[in-house]
Amino acid sequence: MSDMNQQMTAKYKNNFLKEIEEQAEMGDWVKMCMQCGVCSGSCPTNFHPGWDHPPQEIFMLIRAGKRDEVLNSQSMWMCTSCYNCYVRCPRKIPITHIMHGIAEYAYRIGRAPKNQPTLHLSQTFWNNCTKNGRVNEVQLTQTLYFKDGIADGIKKAMAMQAAALGLVKAGRLNPMEALGGGHKCKDIKGIHAMLAKAKELEAKRKGRTA
Amino acid sequence: MAKKEYAFYPGCSSQKGASASNYLVSVESMCQSLDIKMTQIPDWNCCGASVSYAEAGELPRHVMNARNFALSEQNLPERDIVATCAACWLGARESKERLEHSSVLMTDTNTALKEAGLNLKVIPEVRHMVEVLIEDLGYEELASHVKKPLEGMKIAGYVGCQTNRPFGILGESFENPMYLDKLIETVGAEATKYDQKVTCCGGALAFSEPEKAQAQIKDIIESAYDSGAEMLVTPCPLCQANTEVYQGQINKKYGTKFNMPVLYYSQLMVLAYGGSAKDAGLNGQVIRARTLEEFASK
Repeated sequence: MSDMNQQMTAKYKNNFLKEIEEQAEMGDWVKMCMQCGVCSGSCPTNFHPGWDHPPQEIFMLIRAGKRDEVLNSQSMWMCTSCYNCYVRCPRKIPITHIMHGIAEYAYRIGRAPKNQPTLHLSQTFWNNCTKNGRVNEVQLTQTLYFKDGIADGIKKAMAMQAAALGLVKAGRLNPMEALGGGHKCKDIKGIHAMLAKAKELEAKRKGRTA
Repeated sequence: MAKKEYAFYPGCSSQKGASASNYLVSVESMCQSLDIKMTQIPDWNCCGASVSYAEAGELPRHVMNARNFALSEQNLPERDIVATCAACWLGARESKERLEHSSVLMTDTNTALKEAGLNLKVIPEVRHMVEVLIEDLGYEELASHVKKPLEGMKIAGYVGCQTNRPFGILGESFENPMYLDKLIETVGAEATKYDQKVTCCGGALAFSEPEKAQAQIKDIIESAYDSGAEMLVTPCPLCQANTEVYQGQINKKYGTKFNMPVLYYSQLMVLAYGGSAKDAGLNGQVIRARTLEEFASK
């Protein structure tokens, strides 16, 4: 169990709803859910395997204090940010943001599921785009394909070979970006300093300083 | 002087050699025909997109967008920011809304911006390119520039998610937005009716959960074919890439024979305004748009 997780367990004792309200982005909306299930029926990922709990159930589990079941769930990580639940919710609950917020919090305190592919994508994307201020698409794709080792990476890259070659031919994938070329912001130093400060302020505001 | 002037936020995917570079080519040509002047925000940065939420957290994401707002205000004062990418538009608009709503977030944002020598007082309006076309110019004005109508072409307008939800285009419904169909009709083509117009393509999860995303993409393409459409048109770079580049893999997995070109609305407009295949960025299609190539050469 991570230190941060212990720290939060001690702080909130058995009040998981309060923990989510204070720690997860938009978490203070959770108590507004009236369990109608429109969000669950609206989610495009609802029709595929890997769906532990639709949002409506996540909200009820939070209120029931099922901390481990919620934080370890794969559900939030299935969100495609389509905002269908968000616009259809009769109580106007910003469900998409709450799903992101719970996922982010679970990750921050070391409780997200192991080897979660969308978590890995989130880390890779943010690190990629903040490194030079703009996304390097080739390096992004490489990091994603090779996350499970060289052999697996080559297999995935081979499967996508036709599509990748099509993109290169169409001038929409620049192999030179792999060598560290690609587009950059001029004030990278300023961006890094600004983001370090933002991270520090957020940790302080949420009482997550180690 | 140009008729309309904006601060342009092209976004990462529109850059040269990137996945939506053909979108930018067509937008530049379209804006020239419509006398719209777009000046890039100097040294703009990535919006963070939707999927960065877990690693980024809340404030760092808003601060990335705030840097663009501050640079825009400083260098292009009083101009609306216009994004061509649906995710850039959504991310930036969301940050604008949150910062204007919370003085705590705004104060923290300015503390962080100070580290980059910037300060944010007023946040400009953040708009999508199609809002500019529809609201500032209007369908009639857009139609008045048509020299070569795309007569007889059947096109499925794939609106997808992020220009439609949660903000959407003014006056449109979330369930059946009509603006893309109207743009298709404005250039003289026929907009087909199909039931997957606002279905999600899987977004960033096309990378992390490819099977789930491809199942969604399959439904979209299949439904477009069923409606008699010969191509798909979208306002979003990620929708475009996802629905175009995975058709080969979907064919392998499901035994389908998809080969449907996926275009941007701006490409159709450039062709209808008399532009060449090159002006429209047709060389940027992975699935060649043969009908449009022939049309452009006539």
